[in-house]
Amino acid sequence: MTAELIHRLHFAFTITFHYLFPQLTMGLALLIVVLKSVALKTGSEQWDRAARFWGRIFAINFVFGVVTGIPMEFEFGTNWARFARLSGGVIGQPLAMEGVFSFFLESAFLGLFLYGEKRISKLMHWFSAVMVFVGSWVSGFFIIVTDAWMQHPVAYDRLPNGQFEVLSFWQLLLNPWGLLQYAHNMTGAVITGSFVMAAVGAFYLLEGQREQYARIFLKVGVIAGLVASILIIFPTGDLHGKFVARNQPAAIAGMEGLFHSEAGAGLVLMGQPNEETGQIDNPIVVNDALSFLIYGTTKAEVKGLDQIPRDQWPTALPLLFYAYHIMAGLGTWFVLLMIVSAFLLWRKQLFTARWALWALLLSFPLPYIANTAGWMTAELGRQPWLIYGLMRTSEGYSNTVSASNGLFTLLGFMGLYALLGLLFTVLIYREISSGPEPKNTPVEPMRVAGQ
Amino acid sequence: MMGFIWFWLVAVMIVGYVVLDGFDLGVGVLHLFLVRTEAERRATLASIGPVWDGNEVWLLAGGGTLYFAFPLLYASAFSGFYLPLMIVLWLLILRGISIELRNHIDVGVWRALLDGVFGLASALLTIFFGAALANVLRGVPLNADGYFFLPLWTNWQPGLHPGILDWYTVIGGLVALVALTLHGALWLTIKTSGDLAQRARRMVTPLWLALAALTVVSLAATIAVRPVSLNNYFNYPFTFVVPLGVIASMAGIWLLNRNAQPVKAFLSSCLYLFFMLAGACWGLYPTLLPATTGADRDITLTRAISGPHTLAVGLVWWGFGMVLAIGYIVFVYAKFRGKVDLRADGH
Repeated sequence: MTAELIHRLHFAFTITFHYLFPQLTMGLALLIVVLKSVALKTGSEQWDRAARFWGRIFAINFVFGVVTGIPMEFEFGTNWARFARLSGGVIGQPLAMEGVFSFFLESAFLGLFLYGEKRISKLMHWFSAVMVFVGSWVSGFFIIVTDAWMQHPVAYDRLPNGQFEVLSFWQLLLNPWGLLQYAHNMTGAVITGSFVMAAVGAFYLLEGQREQYARIFLKVGVIAGLVASILIIFPTGDLHGKFVARNQPAAIAGMEGLFHSEAGAGLVLMGQPNEETGQIDNPIVVNDALSFLIYGTTKAEVKGLDQIPRDQWPTALPLLFYAYHIMAGLGTWFVLLMIVSAFLLWRKQLFTARWALWALLLSFPLPYIANTAGWMTAELGRQPWLIYGLMRTSEGYSNTVSASNGLFTLLGFMGLYALLGLLFTVLIYREISSGPEPKNTPVEPMRVAGQ
Repeated sequence: MMGFIWFWLVAVMIVGYVVLDGFDLGVGVLHLFLVRTEAERRATLASIGPVWDGNEVWLLAGGGTLYFAFPLLYASAFSGFYLPLMIVLWLLILRGISIELRNHIDVGVWRALLDGVFGLASALLTIFFGAALANVLRGVPLNADGYFFLPLWTNWQPGLHPGILDWYTVIGGLVALVALTLHGALWLTIKTSGDLAQRARRMVTPLWLALAALTVVSLAATIAVRPVSLNNYFNYPFTFVVPLGVIASMAGIWLLNRNAQPVKAFLSSCLYLFFMLAGACWGLYPTLLPATTGADRDITLTRAISGPHTLAVGLVWWGFGMVLAIGYIVFVYAKFRGKVDLRADGH
């Protein structure tokens, strides 16, 4: 294995594992604000307990997100030093801003939200929940801005020493790629949050316990899930796809498995891309649909891989194709499931429809898969570029860190993260088993001196 | 000018990190042998529970600031210190998980294991951070491109081809271990009460004596390893106020702790950390990372600095953002001020 491959896997593995946590916390943060708002408005202790319960789940996810997130910032320097050296003037900026504008905010108010409920007013506690939400969503924004610049570099100049320098702060932050991706990505996070919330509700009802909480979870989860599942396809996914097609034709050709440019290109629903023969094996195709989706007319020509020099094809073509199709296929399932569930909720049948509850329960892992596949689509589509059109991935990794040193630490992370995954599962299982009802946790007496 | 400003802004972030995360690292080291009952342990950990991850943000924000202000330094140092940094990452992960997990687990054996992991990870982190700073002060074997790769150790001598650990950097690690453990002990005397606070206060004396000795040794060793560290001081003699500050703050810790003024003693310890770090930075300036392979390979401010527009833009949002951040931090510390009260807090 080459050093380049090891460093790519290093980053890919650690960030894929990391993103399992923030996608839930960002989605849940919004839903916790909803729970806290209802509690504040109605004075309902039940909604407050529901908020506290999800606050605990949030806290566990948050800690795992924090500890797996620290390596991400380090790895720009440790594993991608040549890239960091040239790009720091541009993307170091949003990365530092994430810390300064978001993490301080988030950690401060999360501490208050979790530990300080008895020290502050109800309104202040609600406000802490809102601030945690703002912090986590601002954090997501800066990360998307960072990625967006690598996907679609804007507002930059090159200094004589080769380093990139930002020319316009606002253009960097308002990169159109970033705005579209942010909308799409945050909607994806809300899908994860609402599917998990609905699944816990479904689990409680199937178990025949904690019905009053289960109903709250299902109500909030299904309504938020329906809205987000629609938004993820239209307009966010649709607009983002069109923008990719115009700016990264090689990526879209790889995602769709379009080897030959065509007017009235068909949409491949399933199949296996064959790089050797340059065609899709065993395809199921909807005629003209791809042209329509991208250009709004069935006649338009879509650029295929044949118009792209071979050394600029996405380097892992089949993986790109599968990742994209898995994401899109799951997105379709999310809409179907949520339309049916919302309909049952409206007809007041959801809480007794066991088959629907089972479907909701079993579907909770799918948003994680879809979000991961979505990110793989974005990042594999960018290949072979590290900064699209400007710097190749092969020019960016740390060439002073040998392949075997990289492999050693990659394996170290794999072992450690396997352990973390195990601990995480145990913790979440315990939280869900002990439920949202108040616990009489014994507190040892402790002499308290006056403040 | 921009270089001068950003050099000190990054230094401020490092000081912020060491002063704040420093006390919770110190509490992590101390709790292993200071605490006698489960209630005491809970009080000890509750004293850092609401703030430790906010304190760790200083490391991230500082790293990010370093990345955009001095990309060459960031790239070179992070890839060159690859192995110890990965170990630091693993320790940070284990430490964060273990403190958080123990709130959720009520089996004694598991709790003891997690407490042990938390304490050991905290101790190793302080040693690594101290050694890291000593590595920067000593210099690294930079190649012509500005990169290097250090093994964990070679012959334990700071020479042309040193390792991460040699006798000099081990001293640096010990200074950090003792200084931060002392810092944590002072924090505990503020935040806890009763017997526990008394024991924490009694710990200060031996730690202070060890730190005083180590401080003198480390200053002498630094001058021996890199004599040019003194140049800035002799060129601008008024800057000898920094080592005087080290002495004054050490004296302050001793006297204020003896007079039972824990808050002021803790602040003196903050000042000690500030003066030590500021003194080290001033000894380096305007070099960022000295080369053991010849001064012409030093990574200097002018070599590593980002483009002018990047830095000008950065100054605006950095100033604005840090004012906000300090606002939240003051707010949170004010909300959790006073002694730990196990009955009022928790989730």
